[in-house]
Amino acid sequence: MSDFNVMEDKLANAQIAWRAAQDLSDGSYVNLGIGFPEMIAKFQPVGRDVTYHTENGVLGFGKAPDVGQEDWDLINAGKRAVTLKAGASFFHHADSFSMVRGGHLDLAVLGAYQVAQNGDLANWSVGAKGVPAVGGAMDLVHGAKNVAVVTDHVTKKGEPKLLDACTLPLTGIGCVTRVYTSLAVIDIVDGQFVLREKLAQISLDQLQSVTGATLHIDGTVGDLIVPEDI
Amino acid sequence: MKKLAASLHDAVADIPDSAQIMIGGFGGSGAPIELIHALIDRFRATGSPKNVTVINNNAGNGATGIAAMIKAGMVGKMICSFPRSSNAEAFNTKYLAGEIELELVPQGTLAERIRAAGAGIPAFYTPTSYGTDLAIGKPTEEFDGKMYVRERSLTADFALIKAHKGDHVGNLTYRMAARNFNPLMAMAAAKTIAQVAELDVPGTIEPEQVITPGIFVDTVVSVPNPKQEEELVREGAEY
Repeated sequence: MSDFNVMEDKLANAQIAWRAAQDLSDGSYVNLGIGFPEMIAKFQPVGRDVTYHTENGVLGFGKAPDVGQEDWDLINAGKRAVTLKAGASFFHHADSFSMVRGGHLDLAVLGAYQVAQNGDLANWSVGAKGVPAVGGAMDLVHGAKNVAVVTDHVTKKGEPKLLDACTLPLTGIGCVTRVYTSLAVIDIVDGQFVLREKLAQISLDQLQSVTGATLHIDGTVGDLIVPEDI
Repeated sequence: MKKLAASLHDAVADIPDSAQIMIGGFGGSGAPIELIHALIDRFRATGSPKNVTVINNNAGNGATGIAAMIKAGMVGKMICSFPRSSNAEAFNTKYLAGEIELELVPQGTLAERIRAAGAGIPAFYTPTSYGTDLAIGKPTEEFDGKMYVRERSLTADFALIKAHKGDHVGNLTYRMAARNFNPLMAMAAAKTIAQVAELDVPGTIEPEQVITPGIFVDTVVSVPNPKQEEELVREGAEY
């Protein structure tokens, strides 16, 4: 029996974001969801040229300006002030979503409440209570060439977020291609979870026990190694 | 050309009760605060226009702009994609009390429905929302092995938009990411009212720089140094 504690020994969000950032391709166009996924840009590997898209109509934006230097006409989809990189462009919302829906983005990274083994994603609504809000998530999941998710492997209560079928309202059907979790990196291939990497400290059995659908192995499972000091 | 309105008051004078109104902006950027406040002034003074439907990406933030419209009690329905903000109290209070209707639309679908209306396209197909709660009751069709949802175009009686430069024939430019929904709404509404920070004589805006050609604009009103909604929210301003 492993002494790995899933709730305490898992990766922090920054470490998940770091791992996802290692897969950013040189020359790619990428949309990062508001909040957790946005952190990925911070860990973009040196020497790789990535152009970030934001739904409200900017391509080629950079980091946040210094406090006091904000121009509130220059924001991202999270309504945070950003700066421009050389080669940036502005466009209206229909052009922005043509970039999304027309298949021009190489990658979209989103957060998740639940991911199913067939690639279904639930990330916009936890059910009936409160005020519903959807934003651009339903567009991104069907538009980008690859749709990745960054998420904790389990909920705060320790329940699996990777399931055989989602129980929460869906954002999209069969749309997720890769999941970076606090314990593993998992691809979705032909309606199955295929385990690519896992933390060395957790056994396959224990990882399976906190996953709500069968983890398939196709070739070698690598160690999920991330810097400890982030 | 008689597109130039003498005042904000004049610019919004014809908007009737129950009008469907597109309002430009994404969050605070591109929100035509002065036009919205002129409409609120009219409602407070005359009780009209009441029970309007507002189309915007969001549902107001803080206590100015669309949030102030909602708080004033003149909005019967919101059509938007993301009615959440740092301070969405105005909308949330009315919505949870059942006093305002909400039509939730995915953001890209909202943009495309507006664009389609402006281009004379009554409906289109998109994979967005297929198989989700937001596609319930909508026709679907398969194209090339993939499933799509049919969406209707979205028109409006009026559009209130914010531009940077404008001229007397209605040509407009926008400032940075404040462009967002403004050019689309200008095309889609039966009557488009634009507030411009800089009013130029025709010929001053280079034809190559025009983003919204004047054919899409009915009324232009000069508002130098316009308020920025995000700054108002940060100041805690109320209208």
